[in-house]
Amino acid sequence: MSAYSVTEPSTRSKWFAGSLVILYALITMIPLAWIMLTGFKSPSDAISYPPKVVFEPTLEGYVNLFTTRTRQTQEFLDANPPQNWADEIVREYDMVIVGPSKFGERFLNSVIIGFGSTFLSVFLGTLAAYAFSRFKIPLADDLLFFILSTRMMPPIAVAIPIFLMYRNLGLSDTHLGMILLYTAVNISLAVWLLKGFIDEIPREYEEAALIDGYTRFQAFYKVVLPQAATGIASTAIFCLIFAWNEYAFAVLLTSATAQTAPPFIPTIIGVGGLDWPAVAAGATIFLLPVMIFTILLRKHLLRGITFGAVRK
Amino acid sequence: MAEIVIKNVRKEFGDFVAVKKSSFTIEDGEFFMLLGPSGCGKTTTLRMIAGLELPTSGEIYLDGEEIGQRPPSERDIAFVFQMFALYPHMNVYKNLSYPLVSQGMPRAQVRAKVDEVATILGIKDILKKPVGGLSGGDRQRVALGRAIVREPKAFMMDEPLGALDAEFREHMAEELRALHDRMGATTVYVTHDQLEAMQMGDKIVVMNNAVVEQFGKPQDIYDMPATMFVADFIGSPSMNFLNFQGKVAKGEELVTLGDQTMSVPTLREGASGDLVFGVRPEHIRLSDDGDYRGKILATEYLGTTQIITLDTPNGEVKARIASDQPATVGETVGLGFNAKTVTLFDKATGRALRSELNEGVLAHG
Repeated sequence: MSAYSVTEPSTRSKWFAGSLVILYALITMIPLAWIMLTGFKSPSDAISYPPKVVFEPTLEGYVNLFTTRTRQTQEFLDANPPQNWADEIVREYDMVIVGPSKFGERFLNSVIIGFGSTFLSVFLGTLAAYAFSRFKIPLADDLLFFILSTRMMPPIAVAIPIFLMYRNLGLSDTHLGMILLYTAVNISLAVWLLKGFIDEIPREYEEAALIDGYTRFQAFYKVVLPQAATGIASTAIFCLIFAWNEYAFAVLLTSATAQTAPPFIPTIIGVGGLDWPAVAAGATIFLLPVMIFTILLRKHLLRGITFGAVRK
Repeated sequence: MAEIVIKNVRKEFGDFVAVKKSSFTIEDGEFFMLLGPSGCGKTTTLRMIAGLELPTSGEIYLDGEEIGQRPPSERDIAFVFQMFALYPHMNVYKNLSYPLVSQGMPRAQVRAKVDEVATILGIKDILKKPVGGLSGGDRQRVALGRAIVREPKAFMMDEPLGALDAEFREHMAEELRALHDRMGATTVYVTHDQLEAMQMGDKIVVMNNAVVEQFGKPQDIYDMPATMFVADFIGSPSMNFLNFQGKVAKGEELVTLGDQTMSVPTLREGASGDLVFGVRPEHIRLSDDGDYRGKILATEYLGTTQIITLDTPNGEVKARIASDQPATVGETVGLGFNAKTVTLFDKATGRALRSELNEGVLAHG
């Protein structure tokens, strides 16, 4: 029997809490797991009822995602033996691979726009947050409120003005246009989050650096930035997740050159019936960068979320 | 090596006046204390000397050069912060070398310099450690080391012992004073602890409500306070204030307290109205035959001395007497005052009246 303690939870409540967490994790993980499994199913397995949990895995979905194919006559197929394993897979449907699909390009667009706008949001946000935190700015509170007010309506509410503006400015369907747009949406979040983090860094560190012979800017990047790394990392994750997943503006403003993955993935459906495994494969690959980014920064993220809860 | 002159310095933060027209001189090599209650402007004054705040008006001279509006990096003044402000993402060595690196000093020279300072402070064995896990005393030493490593013209210290526990504080105070004597550099030290100020300082400035109340040697300030605030703030228990109404004239040596006549140092100026008779607890004797009498309300035993609280016609009075002298609560005893040490104050202004005792100090104060 363990001694009674006020602060230490009992074994039973630990088990209870643990089971709740696991249950919650399972509930949130099931759709993800289902998407990942579907990516390895054949089209008939993907739509079978009752749903199949055990099935024979195939790379068909991935092959279909990355390639464009055409149907051919039996004579043509007989005359041209399969070139590789991917070709072999599509032969089952009397098809041959004629080239790569647009997915790679779209995915690259997502990377450029997502990370570009994240970098810009965090960069500008850090400078603005530092200024708001450290300098006497006239009407600072009003300015901060104004910055926050840009998030008080759904961004899509201003879709039409932005659409017209972008068309006139020649920003429609450009990487720069999308980076600017996502930065504009994210910057308020970045400024507010980072201001909280920078407020918590004692001014004495910078003052010590000033005394030690450094300029204000040197003090900022040599002393404040390393201290704010946690805040910067968690802010970057939030910004990236938004920019990465954004769908509505991407559909509206991009079509060819700067189209990102989210509006592209559903269009796979239209090519030769409902190709659910290919959609699932696309979604799985699309998830990876944010997942990797988050895992790399998860130490910071955890501290970022609980930041300010405990006073040092 | 530096003389610092503060001339008519004023600092405003918006509508709030943190320092009002302050002037004083810190001589080369002095250990100079800025003393006062919190919010009196002492830290602001210190930060203005270092360049962390710029004065709204007035001048600050460092070795005859006006530096009031210059950035801190151009002043060659080191600063020890109350919470040490060691760079948390660097180890001890990097913290110590940081001020040297900013000057572009070659690596080998930096290493030699840091080693030398670490030896002086006895922190050679922790150079590789991160500052996060250090004890309070070691953090203090590293903070000092970072200040002395570049041999600045002067040191500013903002309550550097405030974050240490009482026992260690005394030890560090001695260490600090010894370090100062060894280096001989001008040091300006902010504290709200009057004992610390008296114990360590060559000179003290007492500030209150953004104003310099008095500045001078610790003994002078203690024995010859210029204002009632200084008399009250310095000394524990503080000076007794016996209120009386009357009129005193220049050249007089006697004042009338109720129905008693007391002798005081010869006055050099006159005053009338509400006056205060100020006497330190240790300058009061208890005697059975005194005419001025008070009833003992309480006794406080302090080892070699005891503090007696008495009820007198002019209010409560505390006396410090030897602890072997008998004193019983409830007893009524006579009080004798050491006439040479008495200071009279004008209650309306709080200023001390000039007398034979304090004219030398008040003249330049």
